[in-house]
Amino acid sequence: MELILAIVVGLLYASGIYMMLRRSLVKLIIGLILLGNGANLLIFLLGGITKGSPAIIAPDQQMLTEIYADPIPQALILTAIVISFGLQAFAIVLIKRAYIVAKTDDLYQMNSTDVYS
Amino acid sequence: MLGAILTGVIFALVLVFFGRFLKRRLAILFAAVPLGLFLYFSQYIKPIANGDIITQSVSWLPSFGINLDFTLDGLSLMFSLLITGIGFLVFLYASEYLKGHQYLDRFYGYLGLFMAAMLGVVLSDNVVTLFLFWEITSISSFFLIGFNNNDKASRKSAITALSLTGFGGVLFLGFSLILGSIAGTYSITEMLNAKELIVQSDYYIPIIILLFGAAFTKSAQFPFHFWLPGAMRAPTPVSTYLHSATMVKAGVYLLMRFTPVLGGPDSWHYTLLAVGGVTMVYAAVQIVSKTDLKAILAYSTISALGVMIFLTGLGTNKAILAASVFILVHALYKATLFLITGIIDHKTHTRDIRKLSGLRKVMLPIAIIGLLAALSNGGVPPTFGFLGKDLIYEAALESERWNWLLTGASVFTNILLFYGGFQVGVKPFIGDLPAKYEKITMPKPQLWIPPAILALLSIVIGIFPLLIQDSLVVPTLNALHVLEDELHLKLWHGFNLVLGLSMLTILIGLLIYFKMQPSDKRTALFTKYEPLSPKAVILKGGFYFKKFSFKWTNFFQNGYLRNYINTILLFLVFLLGFLLISHIQLKMNFDAMTDITFPELATLIILIISVLFAVITQSRLAAVAALGIVGLSISLIFLFYSAPDLAMTQFSIDTLTMILFVLVLYRLPKYLNLTNPRNRIKDVIIATTFGTLIALLALEVWQVTNNNEVSRFYAEHAYTLAKGKNVVNVILVDFRGIDTLMESVVLTVAAIGVFSLLKLRLHQKD
Amino acid sequence: MNTIVLRTASNYLLPLLLLFSIFILLRGHNLPGGGFIGGLIAAIAFVLHAFANGLNRTKKLIKVHPGFIMPFGLAVSFLSALVPLLSNAPFMTGIWASDPIPVIGHIGSTLFFDLGIYITVLGVTLTIIFTISEAA
Repeated sequence: MELILAIVVGLLYASGIYMMLRRSLVKLIIGLILLGNGANLLIFLLGGITKGSPAIIAPDQQMLTEIYADPIPQALILTAIVISFGLQAFAIVLIKRAYIVAKTDDLYQMNSTDVYS
Repeated sequence: MLGAILTGVIFALVLVFFGRFLKRRLAILFAAVPLGLFLYFSQYIKPIANGDIITQSVSWLPSFGINLDFTLDGLSLMFSLLITGIGFLVFLYASEYLKGHQYLDRFYGYLGLFMAAMLGVVLSDNVVTLFLFWEITSISSFFLIGFNNNDKASRKSAITALSLTGFGGVLFLGFSLILGSIAGTYSITEMLNAKELIVQSDYYIPIIILLFGAAFTKSAQFPFHFWLPGAMRAPTPVSTYLHSATMVKAGVYLLMRFTPVLGGPDSWHYTLLAVGGVTMVYAAVQIVSKTDLKAILAYSTISALGVMIFLTGLGTNKAILAASVFILVHALYKATLFLITGIIDHKTHTRDIRKLSGLRKVMLPIAIIGLLAALSNGGVPPTFGFLGKDLIYEAALESERWNWLLTGASVFTNILLFYGGFQVGVKPFIGDLPAKYEKITMPKPQLWIPPAILALLSIVIGIFPLLIQDSLVVPTLNALHVLEDELHLKLWHGFNLVLGLSMLTILIGLLIYFKMQPSDKRTALFTKYEPLSPKAVILKGGFYFKKFSFKWTNFFQNGYLRNYINTILLFLVFLLGFLLISHIQLKMNFDAMTDITFPELATLIILIISVLFAVITQSRLAAVAALGIVGLSISLIFLFYSAPDLAMTQFSIDTLTMILFVLVLYRLPKYLNLTNPRNRIKDVIIATTFGTLIALLALEVWQVTNNNEVSRFYAEHAYTLAKGKNVVNVILVDFRGIDTLMESVVLTVAAIGVFSLLKLRLHQKD
Repeated sequence: MNTIVLRTASNYLLPLLLLFSIFILLRGHNLPGGGFIGGLIAAIAFVLHAFANGLNRTKKLIKVHPGFIMPFGLAVSFLSALVPLLSNAPFMTGIWASDPIPVIGHIGSTLFFDLGIYITVLGVTLTIIFTISEAA
């Protein structure tokens, strides 16, 4: 399983990067989202994956003793997911705004930014 | 003492708010601040003369060993009295000199801040806080030099000064950190105990190089001296205060302060001797080519600073004594000369000595003050300057090596200093009065009383040197651990070699003063060699450096996102790839992997297909839908592998992202197919390489047995300490709560960003 | 999407979903859930309502601009972190009431912290989505 997951992570990174290298603004956002998903999965994978035993203490227990999924990467990813939503929203709006101001969505043409201040 | 420093800061702050109301008529009251501080420090003269050392310590960053430690010993006291005393006179003087200036409040604010920082420099016992104050003096000096900010030359001089002193500041930071880590303490007092350790350490040479760099830039030593003449663009009170009496002596102070800790090895003494010696001679020679009063004073200040460094480098008891006395001597006469230069400038609107003459006929008291200062400057008995010069010659003669060379250099320097002093203090007042100056009247008392006080002090101390002997000079020597058994400051030593040299200096000085009038020919001669001067060389270097940085920046920051990503990726690929190939043996441990079941496999296959689809499709809507599926699949993966919280969050966020996209999608531009196939293939290769690398890396890292200590702690204590059974949630709201709080702040900022980006009105210029 | 079915359904769904989001928030300390997820679900509930009934009616329903919800949530979180200072405990120490309250269970300062997160996330999400749908 880990092998396939690693391949999926690699795929997400590769496609994210590829989309970000395009000249179109919309593709840039899609690339960002794919890359973010890849990063989350990467952290998740590196924390070690465990099946069927979430880090939740059973009602009759005081602490986790059995095998349990590592809670730290989960806490990290949880905040990362929410933050990435904020980031995506901001990126989308920024790009929309840039599109309006620069009247182009070609990243190459946006290069000479000073004109549009 | 912290209070004394804070007074200046508070004064500056008060001016920010109330300066507008105070600057019109009440500016003269500002002088009460340094006066009060002067009185405050004077009360310590007696205890410190009795051998006390006053300390104060306020914890600041105790875990780093950085505290606001202050020590008031003889050396600090002498400097504190100079800073506040001359500060008082300058504050008083400036209230008239810059009367009615639009930014008078700002001016006093910078001065107050400078005074506070300078006090901080001389009182700090902790090298890190010393560094902070040191930097503030550079910064306030920058603002004061550029005070006439509509003058381009002023701004340029300010930047030159800041670059050099700021560069020195960086060196000082390095110095304090390295020294602190070797000595195991940042306290200068405690470093005395670690002297052996420091001097014998392998880092001794780097340490003193850094220290010298800091001190030489601040104290305008060759070849970094050229910022000081430029700094004369500042209003004259500033030149008096910062660039002659106090700030430029900070470098000297630093070297003297560290002499007990770092002094001893030949490298210390000979470097200081060489740099100080070259500076004093070089700057003294420059004096004869100058015709501007302030330029003459600037070079004579540089030369005098060179003398101080030279004496510190000699390092004998006599030399340290001479240096301490000379600091006082110089502060008194040089400040006087600067202040009367200001008066002349104020009245005649010129500082060119070729145009000035006969002013004694309209301003006799000023002429007398000028003469007194020039006499002290020239070391004519019975002034304080005579005493100082005697000590310098004695110290040079007693040197163990090359005593004739050193004495010769000192005599030569002093002759030219004598000449410079007379050019400024005497020349404008003698001769015939040009008709256009006949209407000049005496300046207001605020302008002439400060120089008068200083000039009188030069005479009084010269006649009664005992006034300062036990109260200031001896404690200073004690602070530097110099034990001089029989110290007697006196004017008359009998007929001896030193007296002969003194008389020789005065005679030759007088001779060249009368024989060698400033001439354009000489100025032209110096201008001819200007391109070889350190100023030209360093500025040229700076120019090419700037050009190079433009090229460098434009190469990497060319504005194409492609380029940025590619640069980062290629760098990463090479770095990681190199490590992976050379250091890590790729191996795959299939046994440790978890088994795969059909639902998981199906999810992963869907995930892979939708990622590829999102990349390939030409329809934006299809791409967004594919993205949604990607998110859902990931949410399922989280669910399969024991992360229900993540699955729920991912699911909700996925939904919201889709809504967001649907809302804006049709307002966004359609896809463009702009890249040519060759670029596209190149990108595919780069992206795939990077993806493969990440996958390999992930597998390798995963196989390393990871340390679960922290996780175990959370797992064991989630309930017992935080009464929660969902460990992930306990981490978020309890163990790492501040992170979560800050994260919600970040989210809020993002939302505000979205809001303002969309609601912000466009101000289109075209 | 302004259909009758969706409109009617959303009128019932909104309170249900909100209730569910609060349930998720409350159980978060012991079972999967918590402020982040709860806030997101609540936001989805409002967005759904806006889809069915139009943005203006949803806005009228909320009464205040969602932008003002964000600082309120931050304040709740921050104040709950300050509470321990009253009893001389360090900033952000979890303080718990000794007796459980029916339905809600044990009450502690961390619950209010989580509530603050819930409110902030709700405010942030609604601000973003409302602003974008208005301006787009």
